[in-house]
Amino acid sequence: MKAIKLSSKILSLFKRIVGEENVQISLAQRLAYSYDATAMYQSMPEAVVSPRNTKEVVEIVRLCNSQKIPIVPRGSGTNLAAGTVPTFGGIVLLFKNMNRILELDEENLTLTVQPGVITKDLIEHVEKFGLFYPPDPSSMKISTIGGNINENSGGLRGLKYGVTRDYVSGLEVVLPNGDVVRTGGKLAKDVAGYDLTSLFVGSEGTLGIVTEATLSLVPLPEYKETMIAYYDSLEHAAETVSQIIASKIIPTTLEFMDQATIEVVEDFAKIGLPTDVEAILLIEQDGPQSIVQQEMQQMEKICQQNRARKVILASNQEEAEELRTARRAALSALARKSPTTILEDATVPRSKIAEMVREIGKIASKYNVKICTFGHAGDGNLHPTCLTDARNHDEMERVEQAFAEIFQVSIELGGTITGEHGVGEMKAPYLEWKLGREGIEVMKKIKDSIDPYHLFNPGKIFAKSTKKRVVVESDTNSHTAKDQARV
Amino acid sequence: MTQTVTQQKIRQGFKDAIQEESLLDCMRCGFCLPSCPTYVHTNYDETHSPRGRIALMKAVREGLIPWDDDVEHSFNVCLGCRACEPACPAGVQYGHMLESARAVVKEVKKTGIIEKTVRNVAFNHLFQDQKKLSRATNLLHYYQRTGVQKIARKIGFLSLFPEQMRGMEKILPTVPNQKDLKERGTYFSAIGETKATVAFFTGCLMDTLFTETNNSTIKFLQHAGCAVYIPKDQACCGALHAHSGEKKSAITLAKRNIEAFESLSVDFVVNNAGGCGAFLHDYPYLFEQESNWQSRAKVFQQKVTDISTILSKLEFSNFKLKAKVPVVITYQDSCHLRNVTKVISEPRKLLKSIENAYFVELDGADQCCGSAGIYNLLQSEMSMKILDDKMEKVKDTKATVVITSNPGCLLQMKLGIERSGLSSQMESMHIVDFLSDYVSFEMSE
Ligand SMILES: Cc1cc2nc3c(=O)[nH]c(=O)nc-3n(C[C@H](O)[C@H](O)[C@H](O)COP(=O)(O)OP(=O)(O)OC[C@H]3O[C@@H](n4cnc5c(N)ncnc54)[C@H](O)[C@@H]3O)c2cc1C
Ligand code: SF4
Ligand code: SF4
Repeated sequence: MKAIKLSSKILSLFKRIVGEENVQISLAQRLAYSYDATAMYQSMPEAVVSPRNTKEVVEIVRLCNSQKIPIVPRGSGTNLAAGTVPTFGGIVLLFKNMNRILELDEENLTLTVQPGVITKDLIEHVEKFGLFYPPDPSSMKISTIGGNINENSGGLRGLKYGVTRDYVSGLEVVLPNGDVVRTGGKLAKDVAGYDLTSLFVGSEGTLGIVTEATLSLVPLPEYKETMIAYYDSLEHAAETVSQIIASKIIPTTLEFMDQATIEVVEDFAKIGLPTDVEAILLIEQDGPQSIVQQEMQQMEKICQQNRARKVILASNQEEAEELRTARRAALSALARKSPTTILEDATVPRSKIAEMVREIGKIASKYNVKICTFGHAGDGNLHPTCLTDARNHDEMERVEQAFAEIFQVSIELGGTITGEHGVGEMKAPYLEWKLGREGIEVMKKIKDSIDPYHLFNPGKIFAKSTKKRVVVESDTNSHTAKDQARV
Repeated sequence: MTQTVTQQKIRQGFKDAIQEESLLDCMRCGFCLPSCPTYVHTNYDETHSPRGRIALMKAVREGLIPWDDDVEHSFNVCLGCRACEPACPAGVQYGHMLESARAVVKEVKKTGIIEKTVRNVAFNHLFQDQKKLSRATNLLHYYQRTGVQKIARKIGFLSLFPEQMRGMEKILPTVPNQKDLKERGTYFSAIGETKATVAFFTGCLMDTLFTETNNSTIKFLQHAGCAVYIPKDQACCGALHAHSGEKKSAITLAKRNIEAFESLSVDFVVNNAGGCGAFLHDYPYLFEQESNWQSRAKVFQQKVTDISTILSKLEFSNFKLKAKVPVVITYQDSCHLRNVTKVISEPRKLLKSIENAYFVELDGADQCCGSAGIYNLLQSEMSMKILDDKMEKVKDTKATVVITSNPGCLLQMKLGIERSGLSSQMESMHIVDFLSDYVSFEMSE
């Protein structure tokens, strides 16, 4: 598929649908929507269109369908898999005018929202009513619920509460042919037909455009405690994680940061984290006070048994929030260290976390690249992050080899190539490693039947070609080559 | 993409003046977005976000897109408030890149932004409206009479006027007698034990329009135990120049100030205007090409301190501060005091220590009021949008005094109070004036 130029006639049709002010076509505007949070991917859309309601979305989709114009739905562009880069041009579809919280139903414990609502606003809104929406990606101050749903995002509370999918009970979706489907509803149970809600969750904008979502809520836990444990050995920290899980405690949060990550985070947050320890665990539990206190004590003991240098309980909620905020800044803070930061999302069964951390270390030294690791340790979800320089081609090749090997190892340990960031364009060449040819085939059939012209977010999830396992050569698919070619 | 000669020059200028490394510091996470007033007030338009502007600078530098009117518009709309910096975990130095970019554009395009604006205001706004014009003429006479005009012109003070001249006369302070100013001494000894020796940076605008504030500042410094020098040959800090792309004049002024202050070998260089203080603090960045000056600037930088910081350092609140009448107060941060000099808690602590004064935190106090130096004239529509939004939040505090630490913010808040019809129940004051007018002390003799 080649990028097409939009004629002035088509542009005026867009303007007629959404209003003059909601169609942006200047170079500056197109450039501002040519990237997301993924390093090294960039490509300009032909126009940026911001519908105000579902009806307008339908009209846009119909127009695009008739003219074969690609549509890239975009929330806040914080995804880390090049999921919103308009690689094939077309239009970027924004939801800045569809950002209202529509209804809080306290009887059914549901919240109905438009896709452009900022995650954190939504969380704070329901908390005012004593209710709780648990998925809290580190980007929640910026990310939209539409983006969260389409990436099936996780967060710091994922260990105990699960991910976005677990809280989406109904969707309104516009399909590539302009049909509007409503899936699910305010129901606790629903087995009428295929689980379409689940199909659209995590579909990365490739199957439908989410125009409304009904989310299920839970009661806000009455009490919460937060502690932090310092380790002189990375492995002891990882061991602690496995032991906590094995001892049948499910904490709300069990996060991990290694030394290099701690250093940059402290540099930014200045909250007095020690920079001479090898690892930190951030541990939280919520629920009824007596149980929380008891389990926190148990977990503290496990930390001590695994030779934590120190375990500190946050003395109040402000202190706890400082620690969480610091952890959330980890990825961006790592960007201080080098011109390019490339992060991965390898995930293994929880019991394998220590092994995985060890393997990442070995791989980094094997390829002589700098990898820092942090992540949702309790979920088995690590973010090995490579500090590199895209302009150094020799190093970039080694980085790519290192990541390929990390994927390979995590799959061998029973894991996956991405736990929460999605496939997008970045990981598409590796997807078959996880799913196998048959898995990819099923997905392709679904895609072809819903979006036969591949107009919804083309170039994402499905790769032109799959990477050869581990033996990596510098083919034309390498990110750097692509980057230069498309920009 | 084909580019005009001007566009090519701008691209080359970016290559020379903005380091690729600085641009690459941005990993595009978007953490800065919610902190950016122009992003929020344009209904989340990425073109008007820090991440977007950095991407634009990078794209222009790389030749991906030319510097055209739309790109320029994005940078004109930027407040330069630098709220994006403390929000950025990657430590991106947006403010310095912005300044460099503006300097390049100004250099290549020659016409100054201030100049263009003043002309624009004159031709497009004033001369089209008889009423506006006569008001403006009144103002002008006013200036000529008071002799502020010359200085005002020099620093582009005209540009502090919002497009709608509405309420402007009311918010301007009574201009002090220039004779008094000349007769002020150059040294004031500490009252009581001498705890520190300081030099006072008077600031051009502060000293001409807010002489009383400066006099009170000196008085409080003395009481707090400072021996105060006022170097005669100090100059304007240069912030307004640099922010509008006149980097060269800013450098000249910076050198004069460094010279004027370093000869005194004082412990602190105290200022009472957040914008000036931040710019003094940032002097080392002006001298990236002149290492000798840079090291002198660094010594100078270490000494730059704002009034609330030094008062809290010297434990001024021990003087049993008490408001003469019970009063509800709130505080609007000066962007640069907060985001550049990182002075956040000091003024609040000082205000909270005052008995009888009930401090209410202003929701969004950390966000720019829309004054931003010359901004309220250049981008009056955005500026007024931000201001009106701010005033809604100010109203919620139920405060009767809105306290600020920067003359630009002070004028803007005064304008906001006028615009929202609150002038009978609320006033805006510089923190020093508030201490002076509302608060009593048990001072040492
Ligand atoms: C610093 C940082 C920390 C992060 N931390 C986490 C974390 O802890 N956990 C986690 O899971 N992720 C995390 N992320 C990744 C990212 O923030 C999430 O994937 C988030 O859900 C993206 O939201 P967004 O609004 O920015 O969506 P975008 O990035 O704009 O879009 C994401 C995907 O959703 C699609 N999309 C968006 N809206 C719609 C819609 N209405 N209909 C159809 N498709 C749509 C897009 O096409 C794209 O494929 C982090 C990112 C950063 C930069
Ligand atoms: S400026 Fe900082 S916070 Fe903003 S997108 Fe870039 S790295 Fe992230
Ligand atoms: S300086 Fe202020 S207005 Fe400009 S990008 Fe940063 S936060 Fe936005």
